Amino acid sequence: MFEAMSYSALQAYWWILVSVIGGILVFLMLVQGGQTLFPKLSENEDQKTVLINLFGHKWEMTFTTLVVFGGALFASFPLFYSTSFGGAYWVWMIILFAFIVQAVSYEFRRRDKKFLGSRTYEFFLVINGIIAPLLLGIAVSTFFTGSPFTVEKEALVRMGTEQSVVISRWGTVWHGLEALWNTDGAAFLWNIALGLAVFFLVRNLALLYIIRMVKDEQLTANARKCLHRMVPAFLVFFLTWLAGILFYKGFGVGADGKIYREAGIYASHLIEHPVVLVILLAGVLLVLYGFYVALFRDAGRAFGWVGTGTVLAVTGILLWAGLTGSPFYPSNLDWQSSLTVSNSSSSRFTLVVMSYVSLLVPFVAAYMVWAWKTLDKTKIDTAELKTEEHVY
Amino acid sequence: MNEMHWATVDWSRAQFALTALYHWIFVPLTLGLSFILAIMETIYYKTGDEKWLRIEKFWMKLFGINFAIGVATGIILEFEFGTNWSNYSWFVGDIFGAPLAIEGIMAFFLESTFVAIMFFGWNKVSRKVHLLATWLTAIGTNLSALWILVANGWMQNPVGMHFNPDTMRNEMLSFAHVLFNPVSVNKFVHTVFSAYTFSALFVVAVSAWYLLKKRHAEQAKYSILVASAFGLLSIIGTIVTGDGSAKQVARYQPMKLAAMEGLQKGSRGAPLIAIGTPNIRKGSLLRSVAEDFKGKDQVEVKIKGFEIPYGLSILAFNDPDAFVPGIQDLVYGNEKEGIPSYKERIRSGKIAINALAAYKKAKKEGRADEAARQLETFKAHFKDFGYGYFDENHPEALVPPVTISFFSFHTMVILGTWFLVLFIWLYYALFKRKLETNKTLLRLAVISFPLGFIAQELGWIVAEAGRQPWVIQDLMPAQVAVSHIESSGVIITFFLFFVVFTALLIAEIKIMTGAIRKGFTH
Ligand code: HDD
Ligand code: HEM
Ligand code: HEM
Repeated sequence: MFEAMSYSALQAYWWILVSVIGGILVFLMLVQGGQTLFPKLSENEDQKTVLINLFGHKWEMTFTTLVVFGGALFASFPLFYSTSFGGAYWVWMIILFAFIVQAVSYEFRRRDKKFLGSRTYEFFLVINGIIAPLLLGIAVSTFFTGSPFTVEKEALVRMGTEQSVVISRWGTVWHGLEALWNTDGAAFLWNIALGLAVFFLVRNLALLYIIRMVKDEQLTANARKCLHRMVPAFLVFFLTWLAGILFYKGFGVGADGKIYREAGIYASHLIEHPVVLVILLAGVLLVLYGFYVALFRDAGRAFGWVGTGTVLAVTGILLWAGLTGSPFYPSNLDWQSSLTVSNSSSSRFTLVVMSYVSLLVPFVAAYMVWAWKTLDKTKIDTAELKTEEHVY
Repeated sequence: MNEMHWATVDWSRAQFALTALYHWIFVPLTLGLSFILAIMETIYYKTGDEKWLRIEKFWMKLFGINFAIGVATGIILEFEFGTNWSNYSWFVGDIFGAPLAIEGIMAFFLESTFVAIMFFGWNKVSRKVHLLATWLTAIGTNLSALWILVANGWMQNPVGMHFNPDTMRNEMLSFAHVLFNPVSVNKFVHTVFSAYTFSALFVVAVSAWYLLKKRHAEQAKYSILVASAFGLLSIIGTIVTGDGSAKQVARYQPMKLAAMEGLQKGSRGAPLIAIGTPNIRKGSLLRSVAEDFKGKDQVEVKIKGFEIPYGLSILAFNDPDAFVPGIQDLVYGNEKEGIPSYKERIRSGKIAINALAAYKKAKKEGRADEAARQLETFKAHFKDFGYGYFDENHPEALVPPVTISFFSFHTMVILGTWFLVLFIWLYYALFKRKLETNKTLLRLAVISFPLGFIAQELGWIVAEAGRQPWVIQDLMPAQVAVSHIESSGVIITFFLFFVVFTALLIAEIKIMTGAIRKGFTH
């Protein structure tokens, strides 16, 4: 059945899949959000343990989704994988270190009291909670604002000279960190804005999840109070980013295949692609409605709205980057090196094979939802943890 | 290639080796313990005997401690292909990326979802569903081994693809060929069997320690019962498939075999060195023997030792008269046996690369005939493509480090033989009800755990060091695979990884020994 699809349809299919996985990833990063909140919300050790276990039961899913997000990008858009990972070396390395320390912290926190000590692992959790959403947000923003790299596939035949044979090269020695001060179109402002928006979004998700799942009056009251500050923070940064990108002098692919730049191009692309527009808008509106419910109605019922909205909105943003006529990974150093969904993908054959594998995704999603629901059957509190044998 | 570039290559290698070796400390235990847990839980389910539940929960605690750090080291490896080997990632991403993505979709999700049910689901799902979750965790971990080893096997023997000169990369032609690559299939079985062996050694060693300390005698004996049966089957599997691995190395990577055996000059009816020491310059343990060749045409690098007549020919080809090429035959060629020299292959590789450049040029200028002609030349010489990146006056650069390959391989084989003896002995003692009184055997069982660990790591060193300088056999050497980054950056991350992983390893060992000292609870 996938054999019948055209090459470009397959490329689009894979970009859509990657976008959906990206959307789910950001939603699941509520784990990271939670990791920045437990020191603030808990007033004693028992409460802290409740919160850490609440998120500890889910951290593996987030982690694995990140791994699969990377793996899917490698298999479907290998040129992006090699250009971005090899180029923005420092950004990815910092993200990786943040995840190494996270992975051990839950399991080791209560067991290793003497060598590194519980506090160290709690600190690791906070670090991961801050760095991961912030840097991933910044990285996604560069899908619109661009990065300094060049791509030259012919480099491979330059053997025997002093010149290197490397295809993708980065234009700065900062290897990705320059996104924080890139002044081209005030890109740094928008990059940082999206980083902070994701950071506050996942904190909000975590607060709503706590309110829904924890059976402890004091904790949920603290979470509700916190929500009043976190929601506005998210809105400010997200709307700033959105406005910045709508008017940005963005990148487009011309009819001749050449890359050009034009102010407001992302806004017009969005209008030209109503499906993407609807997904993005629906996502944003659901998130906003969820926050309205949370602040003015019943915070216990807002999690589903904001969660669904998050998945849709992030998916919409990634679709906007890749499928509306822009390169999804633009180069501001050599525009023509920019990566589009069509010039950076795997071969048709590989995409077909992989598409068959993608048929497993609904099954995977189904058992993940089942597992999630099973683990969330009962609310969590100190008393429940006393009956558990595997406590973080 | 200038010096800066070589520093980047070497540090990237060191970093990959470091992270891979760390990953491999934890992964084998996950692979095998997950099955041992599943077996124990099945016994509990069938008999309803709470004793088995207690035994399982004890090992599950150790499993959890180990699992977390295995995951932490794994994510690094996956992203390192992009961060440190970016040229590689594009050159073969079309083929290599697929198993990695499938691994994520098929295996990692299975494992990470059901591991949560396994740990936290005791009070939330029925006994039957819990048992299923435990089995699915084991299957998930082993599926992840399958896909990554498909990927690794493909690097040793790239099949099922062709080079597309228009996209300048290799593209997949047949997924079945990639999946059923004989090297991958054998590698998978050998590797998982070795991991089961190692896990069995772990359970046996901990239990033996309890018996020596006269604690938890009952639980310890039952654990040994399960583990030594599991271990005996596994070590037999390991040895049989290890022989299969050697045969495949002989077939697809003759230089690796020559290095593993330290074989200088090939012959028919080649003997096998059972025990010996390589006679190489001091200090050349890590470097290849390239230094030994410098300025000379040929250098004798002998390995002295006890030899088994015809052994190598039989090991490699199942035929006492088969010709096994040595390092010199491969480097300088052997007309009689029809082996081209590396010099010829380097020339041929350069023809391929130049033809590719000319093809691209002709195509851009619209000269279709010329392009077609160059493409023909390119295709005829593609099998030597990677050789073209070497200097024909220095074919020694294509020789892997011999000493390290030789010692790693021989030590692995000797240890494997010892584990076979150990498991048979344990089983026998258990059967004869003499295990508790046999202090010697118990002590040997305890020290065999670190030996198993050594065998594990050596196996990978044989496989990976022996294929130097190739990242993809015959097609891409390491210096072409690396990213365009400063060596200083890689040096910084290398030491950061080293410090962080070492700290975590120490923490894990402390936690593990603490949990073991605490023992089975009620
Ligand atoms: C407990 C660990 C263990 C033990 C006892 C053995 N092996 Fe092994 N061996 C491994 C653990 C291992 C491994 C870690 O799983 C490797 C690394 C790469 C691979 O495919 O498996 C490996 C690789 C490996 C290779 C290289 C494959 C390649 O380059 O692709 C060969 C030729 C052998 N083994 C042969 C043997 C033989 C003849 C053994 C006889 C006793 C043996 N191994 C025991
Ligand atoms: C987990 C067990 C593994 C271990 C212990 C291991 C070990 C090593 C070592 C020691 C090196 C450095 C060789 C040298 O330069 O001397 C290396 C390099 C490398 N290995 Fe492995 N390896 C493992 C698994 C894999 C797998 C599964 C793959 C591929 C899927 C792989 C791909 C590579 C690559 C790309 C390099 C760098 C390029 C090179 O120098 O050849 N390794 N590995
Ligand atoms: C260079 C090659 C390798 C890469 C890129 C790699 C990648 C990964 C990643 C990303 C994870 C974390 C998955 C999660 O989120 O749960 C992981 C864990 C794991 N890997 Fe590897 N891996 C490599 C080598 C190997 C090898 C050679 C094997 C087995 C033969 C293996 C078996 C496993 C297993 C069983 C786990 C999960 C259990 C644990 O963490 O202990 N890996 N690996």
